[in-house]
Amino acid sequence: MPKPKHVDQLRFEEAFEQLATLVAQLESGEQPLEESLALFERGQALAAHCSRLLEQAELKLRQLVPDESGDYAESDLELEAD
Amino acid sequence: MTLPAAEGILRAVSVLSLFGLQSGVWSPSQLNRHVRQVIESDYRLGDLWLAGEVANLSHPASGHLYFSVRDPEAAVRCVMWRPDVGRLARLPRDGEAVEAHGHLSVYEAGGQYQLYADQIRYAGEGDLYQEYLRLKGALEADGLFDPVRKRALPKWPRRIGVVSSPTGAALRDVVNVLGRRYPLAELILSPAQVQGEAAPAAIVEALRAINQYGRPDVILLVRGGGSMEDLWAFNTEAVVRAVVASAAPVVTGIGHETDVNLADFAADRQAPTPSAAAEVATPERADLAGELIQSRQRLARAWMQRRATLLSEVAEQRAALELVSPQARIANARQRSDELARRVVAAIHHGLALRQAALRGVIQTLGAVGPETVLARGYAVVRRLADGEVVRSIGQLTAGDSLGVRVSDGSFGARVEGN
Repeated sequence: MPKPKHVDQLRFEEAFEQLATLVAQLESGEQPLEESLALFERGQALAAHCSRLLEQAELKLRQLVPDESGDYAESDLELEAD
Repeated sequence: MTLPAAEGILRAVSVLSLFGLQSGVWSPSQLNRHVRQVIESDYRLGDLWLAGEVANLSHPASGHLYFSVRDPEAAVRCVMWRPDVGRLARLPRDGEAVEAHGHLSVYEAGGQYQLYADQIRYAGEGDLYQEYLRLKGALEADGLFDPVRKRALPKWPRRIGVVSSPTGAALRDVVNVLGRRYPLAELILSPAQVQGEAAPAAIVEALRAINQYGRPDVILLVRGGGSMEDLWAFNTEAVVRAVVASAAPVVTGIGHETDVNLADFAADRQAPTPSAAAEVATPERADLAGELIQSRQRLARAWMQRRATLLSEVAEQRAALELVSPQARIANARQRSDELARRVVAAIHHGLALRQAALRGVIQTLGAVGPETVLARGYAVVRRLADGEVVRSIGQLTAGDSLGVRVSDGSFGARVEGN
């Protein structure tokens, strides 16, 4: 098995799905003690990471802008406040 | 007076009666009621279509709709009661060409005659609708609306493309919903004019551009409500085919709840409004947070259980280990050797006893056949003293030899004297 990525580097959905898998694994209860503890600790880190991402997330707004050559470039989108 | 008297009288009566009704003194109530009855008695005014342009539209909190229908020279006041308003696909707008259906009557309190409208149709609607049905049938026959074509939406959209007007309320609604619901995503607007003659081509190009340059996981094609003409771009073949051709799945949210456009049929998922499209395309942050809490609880519970199980397993193992440990074996062996030793001792004792008994038998036998018994019967054992030889024959003896004689109760010396 490849060494799992550090939790902080995971995208929300990766961390969230890993957490779900890991909870199911731990619930199946087939690992030796040391591995169970490792699963538990990683699970806690994943959950904390997910919560942090959810709380801190801010919708990024971008837009496509045509350039002279007929291609498009991406730039930030600013919406005027109401 | 040249008229015959009778004729004159009749005429006078007629004039008088007319004056009695029409040139007398009326109260406003009487007059308005009368005018209302006159108007209502004309069946042609009881069921009519009034065509013209909407003006002075007002839709107060009561839910009733007040407006005028006018042409360049004149206007007729109209009112539509709330239940009828509720049946409208949408509200008319000032300046819009409409045909209003209803009956004419008088609002007695104001002395205002008006059309009590129960139905409004928008000019050109009939034609547009026919075209809509024709195109729908053709595209359906082409398989563009086939449910098997529809793709699943990604569970976790990272990049959400939005094809819409950059200035419309639809974009703002989508931004609000995504910001509240799933701010982990990134919104990429591919701006397009969504109304007017240029709209279909603009929407087609915006869809192409977002697919080619925006790397979207899902695309929201959205526009706020409007008349059927306003939404017409979403009922054109070009836009329908662009939706079908989109590499990323498309969610439409066009107009109000009641509007169904051909682009909706072609979309992978149809939502009734722009906000609903944003909701359909994303998970809800509050749900995710709730799931996270649950995951945490399950994790903790699973770990506690696992730990408890492992601890009890350890306890069992320890017990099992003690059963098979060298100490136990030593204790066993010790016990066993003790027992063996006991058995050996017992066996030895037993053997000894047997042997003692045997010995006693032998001794008795020996006693029966032994010299003592013989001696006791009067025999004697004679030995030469010189060499201890038992004398069995006279040839062994010479005169003068010293002899030892043993009898039953002792020995005595003797000497050979001669034969």
